[in-house]
Amino acid sequence: MAFTPPKETYTGKVYPVTIGSGDKAVTFGGENVLPFHSFEGSTPNRPVIAYEIMDVPPTDWPDKVKEPYAAVSDDPVKWAKFCEQDLKAKAIALRLYGTHPDSGNKSADDAVKVVKDVLAAISVPLIIIGSNHAEKDTDVLVKVSEAAKGNTCVIGKAQEANYKTIAASAMANGHMLIAMSELDINLSKQLNIMITQLGFTKEKIIIDPMCSALGYGLEYTYTVMERIRLTALTLNDATMQQPMLGDVGMYVWKIKEVTASEDILPEWGALTERGVAWEAQTAASLLLSGAELLIMRHPEAVRAVDAFIDELV
Amino acid sequence: MALTGVEIFKLLPKTNCKKCGFPTCLAFAMQLAARKVSLDACPDVSDAAKATLGEASAPPVRPITLGTGTKAVKLGEETVLFRHEKKFVNPCVFAIGIKDTYDDVTVDKKIDECLTSEIERVGQKLKVDAIAIINDSGDKAKFEALAKKVASKAGDVPAIICTGNTDAAAVALAQFKDKKALLYGATMANVTEMAGIAKGNGAALGVAASNLDELQDLTEKAKGAGIEDIVMDSGAKKAKDILEHNTLLRRAAIKKGNKSVGFPTINFMMRDDNLLETLMVGLGIAKYSSIVVLSSAEKWKNLVTFTLRQNIYTDPQVPMQVAQNIYEIGAPAPNSPLIVTTNFSLTYFIVAGEVENSKVPTWLAVMDCEGLSVLTAWAAGKFTAGKIAAFIKESGVEDKISNKELIIPGYVAILSGALEEKLEGWKITVGPREANAIPTYLKSKTA
Repeated sequence: MAFTPPKETYTGKVYPVTIGSGDKAVTFGGENVLPFHSFEGSTPNRPVIAYEIMDVPPTDWPDKVKEPYAAVSDDPVKWAKFCEQDLKAKAIALRLYGTHPDSGNKSADDAVKVVKDVLAAISVPLIIIGSNHAEKDTDVLVKVSEAAKGNTCVIGKAQEANYKTIAASAMANGHMLIAMSELDINLSKQLNIMITQLGFTKEKIIIDPMCSALGYGLEYTYTVMERIRLTALTLNDATMQQPMLGDVGMYVWKIKEVTASEDILPEWGALTERGVAWEAQTAASLLLSGAELLIMRHPEAVRAVDAFIDELV
Repeated sequence: MALTGVEIFKLLPKTNCKKCGFPTCLAFAMQLAARKVSLDACPDVSDAAKATLGEASAPPVRPITLGTGTKAVKLGEETVLFRHEKKFVNPCVFAIGIKDTYDDVTVDKKIDECLTSEIERVGQKLKVDAIAIINDSGDKAKFEALAKKVASKAGDVPAIICTGNTDAAAVALAQFKDKKALLYGATMANVTEMAGIAKGNGAALGVAASNLDELQDLTEKAKGAGIEDIVMDSGAKKAKDILEHNTLLRRAAIKKGNKSVGFPTINFMMRDDNLLETLMVGLGIAKYSSIVVLSSAEKWKNLVTFTLRQNIYTDPQVPMQVAQNIYEIGAPAPNSPLIVTTNFSLTYFIVAGEVENSKVPTWLAVMDCEGLSVLTAWAAGKFTAGKIAAFIKESGVEDKISNKELIIPGYVAILSGALEEKLEGWKITVGPREANAIPTYLKSKTA
C-alpha cells in the first residue's frame, strides 16, 4: 500500500532579503515552508554565513579561535580581506566592539573610518554590529550607517531601548536592520511592530530573537525561532515573516566548554575539536529551527556547517 | 487515530458513578482524551469499549524498550512535532557502530568508548546508550565472532544486530537472546524469516526500506508475521532525505493516526568527516530520530551531542534547575567575593559564565528557588531576605570566607536593608542588574 505523505501547505512566507551590491550581493529567506522542507514548498535561497571580524584585536577570544586570524586581526581591513579572499566568505560581519565604554570606548568617528576602510577593501556584503551598549550604539550606528550609504549593509542591533534613532538612520541610508529582543516571541513581534510604525519597511528587518550557546539556553532560542517561523507560515502573520539571525560566535566563544583544557576536565575530551564543534552544532541547530543568517567565527566550524547545508538542500 | 473527548464519552457507561475520581463520565472522557488518566480507572467499562479505546488511546508512536536491566533504553511514545507543544518523551538513543571488518584493536576501542562514555551534566547522567554490530563483511563467522566479543565485554548494553543475511542474523542475535536486542535489516526479500529470528530471541525488528512506500509495506508484513516492536529505516541517507522522511513519518503517525508507521525510527549518521557526523547527530536529535548510529564516540563529540540532546528533550514548561550549592569558580580564596543568585539553570550558566570571564575567583552561592530566575523568584516570594539569610547561614559558607560580604543581584537591591538585619555582622552589597556587567564589576571590586 502506498504511503500517503501528509504534506502541509502554509499560508505565509518569509521575506527574501538581499544585501550588498553587484555580483557579490546575497539573498536569504524567501521560503514558504519550514527550514529545509523543500519537499512541500519553495526554498529558493540558501542560508548565509557571515564571518565575524572586529574593529579591535580580539584579545578576549580563546586561543583556538584567535589562531586562524593571528596574522590579520590587528587590522580590520586585513582581517576582512583575509575572510573574503582566503576563507571565501559570502558576507562579513564587523562588530564595533572597541566602541564599548568598557572595551576601549572608541569614538563614532573611529568606527566610521573602520567601516569606510573595510567597505573599500571588500566586495562581499557587510553587516555592521555595534558593541551592544544601548546608548553608545545609538551614536555609533547612526554615523556608520551614514558612512555606509549606498552599500546596502545590515545595521544592528536595534533594541527596545534604542530602536528609534538606529532604525531612522538605517532607513535614510538604505540598509537592512537587525531587530533584537530577548528570547520572547511577543517581545520580538512588538519590536517589529514598533519599528514598522516609524515607517520602516517590514521587508528590511531581520529578526534576532537573541542567540544562546548550546548548553546555555540554546533550547530557548531554538524554540522561539521555531514559534516565530510557525507564526509566520501558519498564521500568515506579516509582523513575523522576516528572516532570522543567529549571532552564534559571540555566544559560543566565551563559555567554559570552549576554553577549559583537557588537563582540567579530562572527561570533556580534546579542546581543539570541542570548541569548533560547539560553534558548529549551535549554528546547525539554529538553522534547523529557522535562522537564515549566521554570524560565526571559526573557519572549521563554518566549513562544517556549510557541508551540513550542502546535504540539506 | 486519537478520539475526541465526546467520542470517548459515548463509549463509557455514562453512570457518573465517580469511582474514577472525576465527577462525571464526560469529565473523565476529557481527561482520557488529553492522555492524562488511564482507562483502568473506570471499573465498569465494557470489554468492547476497552478494545476500541485501547486502540485509540495507544501512543501514536509505539513505545519500545531496548535492552534489559539498568541500561535499558526506551524509544518512541512521542506525541508532538514541536517541543513547545509538549515535552519530547524519549531522548534519541545513541548507538556506536562497530563493523565486523574492524581489527581487534579498533573493536576494543569502540566498545571502550561506549562503556566509558558516561558524564554528568546539570544533574543528569548522559551516555552512549547502545552498540550497533554491523555485518559489513557479509561473512557469517566474522559477524558471530564480533557479536560474541561484544556480548562478553558489554553484554548489558542494548545491542543492535545489523545484517541482511538471515544466517548471520540467527547466530549473532543468539548471543543476545532475551535481552531485548534489535535485529535490524529486514527487507522485502527476508522479512518473514527475519521476523521469525527476532521472535525466537525476544528481539525487536528493524526494517530497512528503500523508500516510504516500501517502508509501510514492510511494517505491515512484519506485523503480519507477529512482530509488535518495529523500528523503521526509510532508506534515507542524506540529511535532506532524513529530514523529509522523519518529518513525514512523525506527522503521519501523530496527525493522521497512520498505525503502519507509528514506530520509532533509526538513522545511520556515519560520515568520513567527523565534525559533519556530529552535526548529523544533531539533525537526528532535533528532527525525530529515535536511534542514531555513529561511527565513533570521542569525548568531545559526546559532550556536544549529549548536551544538545539534553537541551532539546527538556520539558519546555519546567525550568531546568541546578543543585543548590556554593559553587567555586576559579579557585576562590577566603577573601574572594561571594555572589548569591537563584538556581534557574540559565541564570546559573550565564552568571557562572560571566564570573569565569572576569577571571576573578569567586564564591557563587546558588539558592534553590525551584528553577525560577531572580526577578521571578523574588516576585514569587522564593528569593526573599529571610530565605536568602537562612540559606547563607545553613550553607556553611561562613567557615570558608574571611570577610562577610554578600553581593546580591542588582534587580533585588530592595532586599539589601532587610538582609543586613537578618544576616547580622554581614555587609550586603548590590551587584549589577545584568550578568554581562559582572566582569567589569568584579574586576573593579578586586582591583
